[in-house]
Amino acid sequence: MTEIVALEALAARVASGLTLAVPVDRSGVAMAATAALIDAGVDNLHLVCVPISGMQADLLIGAGAIATLETSAISLGEAGGAPRFGAAVRAGSLTLRDATCPAIHAGLMAAQHGVPFMPIAGIIGSDLLEVRPDWKVIDSPVGEARKVVVVPAITPDVALFHAPEADRAGNVRIGRLRELATMAYAAKRTLVTVERIVDRNLLETEDSAAGVLPSLYVDSIAVAARGAWPLALWDEYPADEAEIARYAAMARSEEGFRAYLSTFLAHRKQVA
Amino acid sequence: MSSERERREILIATIADLLDGIRHVAVGASSPIPAAGAMLLRARNERDGKPPVRISILGSQAHNFFTNGGIELFDCAAQGRVDAFFLGGGQIDGEGNINLVGTGDYPRTDVRWPGSFGSAYLYHLIPRVILFREEHSPRVFVPKVDFVSARAITPEVPRRGGPYALLTNMALFDFDREAGGFALRSVHPPFTPADIRDNTGFSYAEPEVVRETPRPDPATLALLRGRILDDLAETYPAFARTMKQAA
Repeated sequence: MTEIVALEALAARVASGLTLAVPVDRSGVAMAATAALIDAGVDNLHLVCVPISGMQADLLIGAGAIATLETSAISLGEAGGAPRFGAAVRAGSLTLRDATCPAIHAGLMAAQHGVPFMPIAGIIGSDLLEVRPDWKVIDSPVGEARKVVVVPAITPDVALFHAPEADRAGNVRIGRLRELATMAYAAKRTLVTVERIVDRNLLETEDSAAGVLPSLYVDSIAVAARGAWPLALWDEYPADEAEIARYAAMARSEEGFRAYLSTFLAHRKQVA
Repeated sequence: MSSERERREILIATIADLLDGIRHVAVGASSPIPAAGAMLLRARNERDGKPPVRISILGSQAHNFFTNGGIELFDCAAQGRVDAFFLGGGQIDGEGNINLVGTGDYPRTDVRWPGSFGSAYLYHLIPRVILFREEHSPRVFVPKVDFVSARAITPEVPRRGGPYALLTNMALFDFDREAGGFALRSVHPPFTPADIRDNTGFSYAEPEVVRETPRPDPATLALLRGRILDDLAETYPAFARTMKQAA
């Protein structure tokens, strides 16, 4: 059964050393939970960005929580490059697993289907194949005789995201952001923060059920109001561009990042 | 200020021309000029009774008709349902290869860019990929990229996708898939073919007479300065505001 717990208890489900999957900025990023993870001192994580990330990954990298980074890109969007990511690459303090967006989706889908790998179009000729020896080029065993890339299944220990609402049974409304479902299908455990818990049954009608991740796939839920801030939550609030720009400016230096981080963590405690 | 507006207007109108004939164009996040070019084509087709144009803007809620999650654009491209797309590059070489990862030796690159995004895949699958990079300099247009995020030509596998043109602040190039390189098509005023040679680090074919990139005609400008900026404001408010203020 899905448990409904406090934010700190949810964050405590993420132990150091686990593989953690998180969604792209627009899909509902659990920023409040990210603050709680950093506060709890989690480290040595293998972060899988589905398929890219921004401020969330940069915060975790800056806080020293990430050992391995698997992503197709890290960028703060309009606010520019991700400064702590850049610094960590220069320092060589991360193991990089550079990817391309559909390969991350394909790896998760292999896990979703319970198969060891997934074939995927394109990619041949890219140096990503040089730096990702776990991706293979094979002769297609069926159909047209041609080369095809296969990528291994990605089975995260934990998937973590933020959504508008869940019902008391633990069903979570994800709208048309099907990548959140893919993450949950693939992951061993799924943790979700929500703006609110609703009393109605989200599976009640075909209409509502179509946009819902059933509680079968959801292990823990915590309420975190404005839990994606300063990132956007679809249909709920836009991104706080000024705050993201402030982060981008401050995080250029290690000292600036530390100052930002302590305010960010303090802000979260005030909200909670 | 108004010359900055003219520069952007030439780019937007050129993109609309490059997209002529397509049914569905996808535009990546943070790409106001490509998005404006796609919207201009759509508005022009509507005005002229030509077939409608679908536009998908990644990361936009309003300009996104997909309902199957982040994978759908990629599946759609694999099915041949996306005709055109835009890619950039921290480095682009004369063979049309692009680098979105960084300079120097991987993994501890001297300069690190965000990453390859969907390029390694989409370059194979979308027929009309327009390389769009505003900065036209020898550090961007290099003889050989330091990291190939996506390769333009791969004779070892069948593909329908690849580069179609390269558009910069200074010039427009066509990509010749047979020859495996770029050919200068036109130079934007006030630049000259010599400026292009000085600022391009790779070799390319140059015709004996190089045309000037045409400025948008009055009807196109009226559409662009009116409806297109209004359409654009929803996704790129700051960009649309700057363009309006320059008027």
